[in-house]
Amino acid sequence: MARRFRETLTTKDFIVTAECGPVKGTNTGKMVEHIELLEDKVDGLNVTDNQSAVMRYPSLGTCLLVKEHGGEPILQITCRDRNRLAIQADLLFAYSRGIDNVLCLTGDSVDVGDHKEAKPVFDLDSVQLIHLVQSLNSGKDMVGNELDGGVDYCIGASATPSADPIEPQLIKLQKKIDAGVDFIQTQAVYDMDDLKRFMEYIHRMDGKVKILAGIVPVVGAKMAAYMNENVPGIFVPQYIIDELSQAPKGTGVSKGIEIAARMIRQIKEEKICDGVHIMFIGREERVPDILEAAGILS
Amino acid sequence: MIIAERKRFEEIRSMLAGYKKILVVGCGTCVTICWAGGEKEVGILASQLRLASNKVGDELTILEATVERQCEREMVEEVKDKVQQVEAIVSMACGVGVQTMADMFEGKPVFPALNTTFMGMPEGEGVWTEKCGGCGDCMLYWTGGICPVVRCAKGLLNGPCGGTRRGGKCEIDPEKDCAWVLIYRRLEKQGRLDLMRKYYEPKNYRAVKRPGKVQAMQA
Amino acid sequence: MSVGRDNRIIAFCCEKSAYLAADRAGRMRLCYPDNVRIIRVPCAGRVGTLHILRAFEEGAAGVLVMGCQEGACQHLTGNLRARDRVRYAAALLREVGMDGERVKMVNLAPDTAEKFVRAVKDMAEEIKER
Repeated sequence: MARRFRETLTTKDFIVTAECGPVKGTNTGKMVEHIELLEDKVDGLNVTDNQSAVMRYPSLGTCLLVKEHGGEPILQITCRDRNRLAIQADLLFAYSRGIDNVLCLTGDSVDVGDHKEAKPVFDLDSVQLIHLVQSLNSGKDMVGNELDGGVDYCIGASATPSADPIEPQLIKLQKKIDAGVDFIQTQAVYDMDDLKRFMEYIHRMDGKVKILAGIVPVVGAKMAAYMNENVPGIFVPQYIIDELSQAPKGTGVSKGIEIAARMIRQIKEEKICDGVHIMFIGREERVPDILEAAGILS
Repeated sequence: MIIAERKRFEEIRSMLAGYKKILVVGCGTCVTICWAGGEKEVGILASQLRLASNKVGDELTILEATVERQCEREMVEEVKDKVQQVEAIVSMACGVGVQTMADMFEGKPVFPALNTTFMGMPEGEGVWTEKCGGCGDCMLYWTGGICPVVRCAKGLLNGPCGGTRRGGKCEIDPEKDCAWVLIYRRLEKQGRLDLMRKYYEPKNYRAVKRPGKVQAMQA
Repeated sequence: MSVGRDNRIIAFCCEKSAYLAADRAGRMRLCYPDNVRIIRVPCAGRVGTLHILRAFEEGAAGVLVMGCQEGACQHLTGNLRARDRVRYAAALLREVGMDGERVKMVNLAPDTAEKFVRAVKDMAEEIKER
């Protein structure tokens, strides 16, 4: 049985979370394999929510599976697909089934997904979503009505350490911290100097929120270029692209894992931040290899 | 002003299948300025329709007219006589004008030749950009005069999102600026960044209950 | 009234350049097809998109808009506007399923009679092939 995530946040030195991408359909077999593989090796398992605006089995449903298999789920909610009523309703349900960690996100736009003509909701933004969860936590819905049975969520948010320009992002980050987040899982980082600089900003803002650096292994130079162009919030620096293009053919995945593990080791040894959040969607079964190479396989 | 663009010719043509006598009516205000449905465009569309019909030997008689504002009943009334002579009307006005024509002449089908897109202004020659979404709850004083409701692709009030591209471009379109980066720069210039640091509550999306209606106080 | 029924080419000729070139061609006894109708205009920029479309409606098979060389327009940008309108008209023709090559912009100097003749002959060929 996994330790509760919110306890882990305050007691463990180096926190590790990973991500599970749901299936596009109802065959949950593979997902369950990933869940069983990872749930005892990480402190929390995120489940993405129609990630990149591609319609999939919901985060909420998958979190229930994580729970069933003894893992510690982190529910991801975006503002793209649901209005404030639906979000509150989902949060009540999730909590009633034992899910009590939530990551509050704005959400990728429908244009990057596979239902490009859909009406984007964005009734709220991520900061307002955090406030909403705080309302529910205090026993009221967001318009002030008393709840008949409440919730108590551990709240997370995201941040983009390598944004350019960074100042508007920092203003927003301050709002998230002021709203009261317990942890932040950042977008992918590749440059440790960027991360260190980001941590300086964090220390000036507030010392209490836990920062987990996002690790997205890149398995080839072409993939890196593609991500730079098409995946919001990701910037793979040239020297990593170079390192990848020099890797012998067929060793892309191993190289990506090696680079990721190296970054994790550096973060841990230099205590740059409080932990890492590993996102290897589509290759969840290789996550234990990253953990092992980084020396953090429990 | 209201910006619109002409529909593809094929789409307009297909609406008119079977009609032999039509009136193409333009509007002299917004759509004239944005080169979509003014007198000139009426002439061009009518000419194209005639060329297309002649090519396949179809019969098509076209009357042409342009009124100063197609959203005003008194002005639309002026084409009453021409309307009586035709089977159908092609309106080159924005959606408001099309509906005014349809309401005034209920017996005749009215077809829209334009797609009305947004409220905007000219950014350069032949280029118009969206500025206002008619949300009914203007917050421009908080954002340095830049509207996040329509100029931010996600309509965020506490932006930017994490998807901003390098250089401050929008996640959705690298050619477009991230509105929140623009707001940041504007407020910084004015020394009013404290406005951006404020937390903005969820928007009242029911400020204008559709279909909107406004009753002005003054007679 | 079908397109090209009389195979006529309408040539809008700027009086500062093309019209003079056409005149010179006449004086030099240069031969060019007789199905071209020359319309003198004060500047190629005076020709509107609608003039071009109406010419086709009236039965023309081809339209030439002939003006000064770029940079030499006495009204500064008339020939540039004409060029853009010819491009626009070609697109409008394609929209109705007609050939955009039936309208062309030609830039020439006032004494280039041969260039005038070449342009007319080329358009006459263009029409014949379609």
